[in-house]
Amino acid sequence: MFEASELIPLLPEMIVLTMACVILIVDLYISDQRRGIIQILSLATLIFAALATLRVHDGESIIETQRLLSGTFVRDQMGDVLKLFVYLVMGMVFVYAKTYLRDRNLYKGEFFVLCLFGTLGMMVMISAGSMLSLYLGLELLALSTYALVAMDRNNPMASESAMKYFVLGALASGMLLYGMSMIYGATGSLDLLAIQASVADAADSVVLAFGLTFIVVGLAFKFGAVPFHMWVPDVYQGSPTAVTLFISSAPKLAAFALAIRLLSDGLIGQLQNWQLMLVLLSVASLAIGNVVAIAQTNIKRMLAYSTVSHVGFIFLGILAGTEAGFEAAMFYAIVYSMMSVGAFAVVIVVSRAGFEAENLEDYKGLAQRSPWLALMMMMILASLAGFPPFVGFFAKLQVVKAAVEADLVWLAVVSVVFAVIGAFYYLRVIKLMYMDEPDTPEPVTTGSDVGAVLSANGLVQLALGIFPGPLIALCAAAFQG
Amino acid sequence: MNIEWPVLSVLIWLPIAGGVAVLLVGERRAELARWVGLAAALATFLASLPLFGAFDRGTAEMQFQELAPWIPTFDLNYHLGVDGLSLPLILLTTFISVLVIMGAWGAIQQRVAQYLAAFLILEGLMVGVFCALDAFLFYVFFEAMLIPMFLIIGVWGGPNRVYATIKFFLYTFLGSVFMLVALIYLYLKADSAAILDLHALPLSLTEQIWIFVAFLLAFAVKIPMFPVHTWLPDAHVEAPTGGSVVLAAIMLKIGGYGFVRFSLPITPDASLSLDWLLITLSLIAVVYVGLVALVQQDMKKLIAYSSISHMGFVTLGIFIAFAILARGEGTSGAVLGVEGAMVQMLSHGFVSAALFFCVGVMYDRIHSREIADYGGVVNTMPWFATFMVLFAMANCGLPGTSGFVGEFMVILASFQANFWYAVLAALTLILGAAYSLWLVKRVIFGEIGNKKVERLEDLNFREGVTLGALAVAVLGFGIWPEPLVELMHVSVDNLLSHVAQSKIQVQL
Repeated sequence: MFEASELIPLLPEMIVLTMACVILIVDLYISDQRRGIIQILSLATLIFAALATLRVHDGESIIETQRLLSGTFVRDQMGDVLKLFVYLVMGMVFVYAKTYLRDRNLYKGEFFVLCLFGTLGMMVMISAGSMLSLYLGLELLALSTYALVAMDRNNPMASESAMKYFVLGALASGMLLYGMSMIYGATGSLDLLAIQASVADAADSVVLAFGLTFIVVGLAFKFGAVPFHMWVPDVYQGSPTAVTLFISSAPKLAAFALAIRLLSDGLIGQLQNWQLMLVLLSVASLAIGNVVAIAQTNIKRMLAYSTVSHVGFIFLGILAGTEAGFEAAMFYAIVYSMMSVGAFAVVIVVSRAGFEAENLEDYKGLAQRSPWLALMMMMILASLAGFPPFVGFFAKLQVVKAAVEADLVWLAVVSVVFAVIGAFYYLRVIKLMYMDEPDTPEPVTTGSDVGAVLSANGLVQLALGIFPGPLIALCAAAFQG
Repeated sequence: MNIEWPVLSVLIWLPIAGGVAVLLVGERRAELARWVGLAAALATFLASLPLFGAFDRGTAEMQFQELAPWIPTFDLNYHLGVDGLSLPLILLTTFISVLVIMGAWGAIQQRVAQYLAAFLILEGLMVGVFCALDAFLFYVFFEAMLIPMFLIIGVWGGPNRVYATIKFFLYTFLGSVFMLVALIYLYLKADSAAILDLHALPLSLTEQIWIFVAFLLAFAVKIPMFPVHTWLPDAHVEAPTGGSVVLAAIMLKIGGYGFVRFSLPITPDASLSLDWLLITLSLIAVVYVGLVALVQQDMKKLIAYSSISHMGFVTLGIFIAFAILARGEGTSGAVLGVEGAMVQMLSHGFVSAALFFCVGVMYDRIHSREIADYGGVVNTMPWFATFMVLFAMANCGLPGTSGFVGEFMVILASFQANFWYAVLAALTLILGAAYSLWLVKRVIFGEIGNKKVERLEDLNFREGVTLGALAVAVLGFGIWPEPLVELMHVSVDNLLSHVAQSKIQVQL
């Protein structure tokens, strides 16, 4: 039976949906000069959504899992934490993107509306209780991002990457959907809990194994894991940096939720089957991502391959199949999304009107031009590379620990060796910033809002690295019991 | 006697706070930045002195402990404490750091504030390494040191600095990630990250050997041991004077400290069964690298190779202990070996720092490190020549200098293990004398080599204070090493009686 009180936990979703529509309409009626209001409205949306998410907490430290709307919508600790970080990261995207878009004549309402719809898609994915709602959220996110990539329609590079992204993304969605249909065939249910129950009883079924394979392939596509990573560098490079900022950060949180909902909630009974697949994906991602990144001269492509390698680490946590492993992967995904948004923000800040700071060479001598900006970038890069005392180290520490705990010591050793190889290309950027002479002495200018958020973004890497306890506890609480 | 305030935390965070303060002062007020930096370093040094007085020499327990929860979910703690093994190294760190900050006055003119900040932060992290009693806290400090050092070599170094610093970074990073996996394994096995709990953890021989190898990769690169020493000459040559000093005087010691804090007590049986490997590598380092030092044309490179050779002595002293224990004649000979290694580490800390400062003094004037560019320096810089000769003598282990004490103890211990070990080890006295004295002969003595040497000016006040302080330390510990040995004796004793017991669990 449907009750109105069931809608209360859905308040954040409703706020984002309503506001996205409102902003779409408001945008029609305001002039270009006053378009700043769109950004403020979008940020306000996120803040209200965050308040709504927090409000439903009622002061409890850990919320109880609720299944609503016939089990299609789950509200639990993991979902709420992930959503809060999605709002946070999206907020940063909105702040960083503004000047970049304005300089390139892309500052339209569409960017914000599409981002908000994407946010809604992510929220639905995060809270999905059945495969149907999961797929719905995924497609909402995917369609928004395709459109975002194509937003700069006069740029052939952007159009090309939008096309690639769309074709490959549609293929991935198809795979996922096909896998879901097989799982449905094998278990007779779309509800993830029901699937979990019937998988536990089922003997080894071929249909189930096939379905699982397609689901893992679809997941790997969405994450960008090797060998399904081909779209990542092209899309990252081709998109306007403001869009790359979005694609590279928050959707990783949603993809993590997608993996947990499907593999842990639904198919944990098939652990021994998907574990091996993820091991292969993880090793391949670590190897290809880290090694190929070294060969890149374009910083967006380099960061794209770096993403691929980080996906390998996230998989390392998931494949352990334990609560500690999921917790580690969640921590990793959260930390990664913040690091990634920070790194691309620096790319945005160093770019000017009519100039894209895409080549590594453009970062030469940044420490002399803008010492503070270079310091923030160094902290973010050091965190990405996993050097203590930055938070990226604790992310790696936890996934490696999860792998050791799952008796996969060899995998742990492989992953840390690739982390060392990966350290090289981050160090190279630090080297360019600190040890080379700049081509031009003029400092990089930023607006005060961007400067403040970017400083917070950089310093939080250090702060969370020195005091990682609270965030770890938050993630651990999501998988207790 | 006890100290009321959290002295170890102060020693870690005061220099780091000083570093941040220097950064805030900024490049435009470089002179003020220098004074702030010096004040922070001096304050840290003064704060470390009460440790020496208040330290209870009669116990091997950890002292001045501080314990606070850090990551409660994983039961990781901010746990600090010192014993006789770490205390001398902490004092060495705070002492050398003051000299390094002072040294920046002459040599560094560009981006002064960032330079000083990097050194002060590095100082705090190094003290943290020696104090940490939680394995992951140790690892965090251990790794975090790399970033400031990476920048120090890479930004203020010589012409080939980028190659040198990336090589340094990747070598040490690669070594230490294996240690990380080993620490994680131990942590899961012991269900605790406290280093003292790991000491007590029973482990099978296979496990011990894997863990030992992982630790070895981390610490052997750091010390460095033959054959993973090749980063050190590059790093030393390219680093600015201060960087070389810190690298040689303190960072290399972290490798030796790692052996006595981790490898020995956690994997005693593996240490025992692999001691032949370590002893062989140490002897190769002592003899072969000593020979390599002999043929160097570059002063810094010569001292770098001499450092590797001396560090060979340290690892020899540590692992010769197992050869002695294996003979079943009690622990007194083994204690001599490990104590000798510790004394050697400290002495090398003073002597190598002093030699790098000496090279720095000459480099600041002539901007060359080539031995061939010098000659007859004594004629124009008599005071400097006096110091340089003294330190060269200490480097080759002349009795009466600190260099003698450690080498003598290690050789004495080697005799108890195997006559031939001792013969090979004693070769270093000859080799050390050869390369040190030949260096002095070519650089200091003889006719004035060229016009540049003719115009040299003798030490200024700041350089005189730096070298004078080091000379006092070198002679002081050479003539009267008792306070130093007394400081560490009980801890070493305790370590070896712990190590002498097998940790292999009896299968029931």
